[in-house]
Amino acid sequence: MEQATETPLKKTALNARHRASGAKMVPFSGWDMPVEYSGIVLEHNAVRTRAGVFDVSHMGEIEIAGKDALAAVQRISSNDASKLQVGQAQYSGLLTPQGTFVDDLLVYRLGPAHFLLVVNAGNIAKDYGWMAEQIKGVGDAVAVDSSSRYALIALQGPEAVNVLQPLTGVDLAGMKYYWFGHGEVANVRATVSRTGYTGEDGFEIFVPPQSADKVWQAILESGTAAEVIPCGLGARDTLRLEAGMRLHGNDIDETTTAVEADLNWIVGWKKDDFIGAAALREQKANGAARKIVGFEVLDRGIARHGYDAYVGDVKAGVVTSGTQTPYLKKAIGMAYLPIAHTAPGSEFDVDIRGRRTLARVVPMPFYKRSR
Amino acid sequence: MAYPAGFKYTKDHEWIELTGDNGKVGITDYAQQQLGDVVYVELPEIGAKLKQGQSFGTIESVKAVSELYSPVTGEVVEVNTALRDKPETVNKDPHASWMVVIKLSSPGEAGALLDATQYQDLVK
Repeated sequence: MEQATETPLKKTALNARHRASGAKMVPFSGWDMPVEYSGIVLEHNAVRTRAGVFDVSHMGEIEIAGKDALAAVQRISSNDASKLQVGQAQYSGLLTPQGTFVDDLLVYRLGPAHFLLVVNAGNIAKDYGWMAEQIKGVGDAVAVDSSSRYALIALQGPEAVNVLQPLTGVDLAGMKYYWFGHGEVANVRATVSRTGYTGEDGFEIFVPPQSADKVWQAILESGTAAEVIPCGLGARDTLRLEAGMRLHGNDIDETTTAVEADLNWIVGWKKDDFIGAAALREQKANGAARKIVGFEVLDRGIARHGYDAYVGDVKAGVVTSGTQTPYLKKAIGMAYLPIAHTAPGSEFDVDIRGRRTLARVVPMPFYKRSR
Repeated sequence: MAYPAGFKYTKDHEWIELTGDNGKVGITDYAQQQLGDVVYVELPEIGAKLKQGQSFGTIESVKAVSELYSPVTGEVVEVNTALRDKPETVNKDPHASWMVVIKLSSPGEAGALLDATQYQDLVK
């Protein structure tokens, strides 16, 4: 993830706030982002037990609108967007004809013929180009990159409702998971969705960039009693891994299909045609040769992204994500393995810098919140 | 955090505290800050022979893996096994969290290492 030195890093609307607050900043997907504030372990556990607030304004927003917007979204996005009511969102894939991931995304239905697609920071230009090209033949639908119009703040953790409700008229307790509403947060025009990338209850709050700092500060102030703390991308990564959520660029990319990534649930199998449909249907019918698994390291050691996996003496796959998780306090990860070795309980070795280390396939998610 | 005046330091951010021909080795406060939360330390066996600058183990934070480099040439005569179960003490008290004791085979080497003032200048 080295950055070319001549390319200036992009800054979110909260950049000055991060720097003034003493966050440790790193280049991430072309952005100057906070990797940690008070420490990844502290931040991770704050989200699991109380709440934490994240600046995720680097994420991209692409809108698709026009009479045929639904048909356009149905063509480019793997999940079935016709199931979405206005005010509802879904996780989905932006797939190639081979059924592999250009990106993963959230699809929000803003209106009957108006969708908002939230995509990964490093993929905004690629995704927008792909979408614009692929929806050309669909009819009356246009894609607009509106990323610069939004700052995005995530408040995640069991205390999220209690912390955010005093700041907004939007009924948060009544909002179901993966639904959203419009209103004001700290007197700022906002869209609030009950979504997140941590495995906890929580919200993602879209606000105009010029008001992001006001909302950020208001959330921290409202969260004083609950000890809500600002969190960086480091904790975001360990939290999503414990929750078994895939990371594009690590666990899914243009070489892995939705079936191999065990994401059949984001494929609209009953839809007519969509990009990647034929390849995925074929793979589903005939079976994929490999699949992603969750695993725990049984010996001492931490398996990390890119380490090789072995079954016996044969190199059989690769670790796509791995860390020592702060909450479960175990070395866990995800890896692609031959289908015969993907059943929970199967054991395999990870080559940790030259040392074969025993690991066991376990069901995902590693962590599931109680309620 | 102050850098103890009695220690010697390397440009790779290890410290060594000499007592006669033996030296306790750890990583500096600056190093632990750069690493972030330490979750795993892998150390050598007693009896391991090390050259100056050679890797004697690894230290891992949540985010990254770093090598540990020996400040001197010699033999490992003690290993701080307590760090296996309490790696976070490296963050809390880096200058007391020694990792190995090395019996120096060329005690003169230590003289060329940085003193506390020089090290402080390096990391400021």
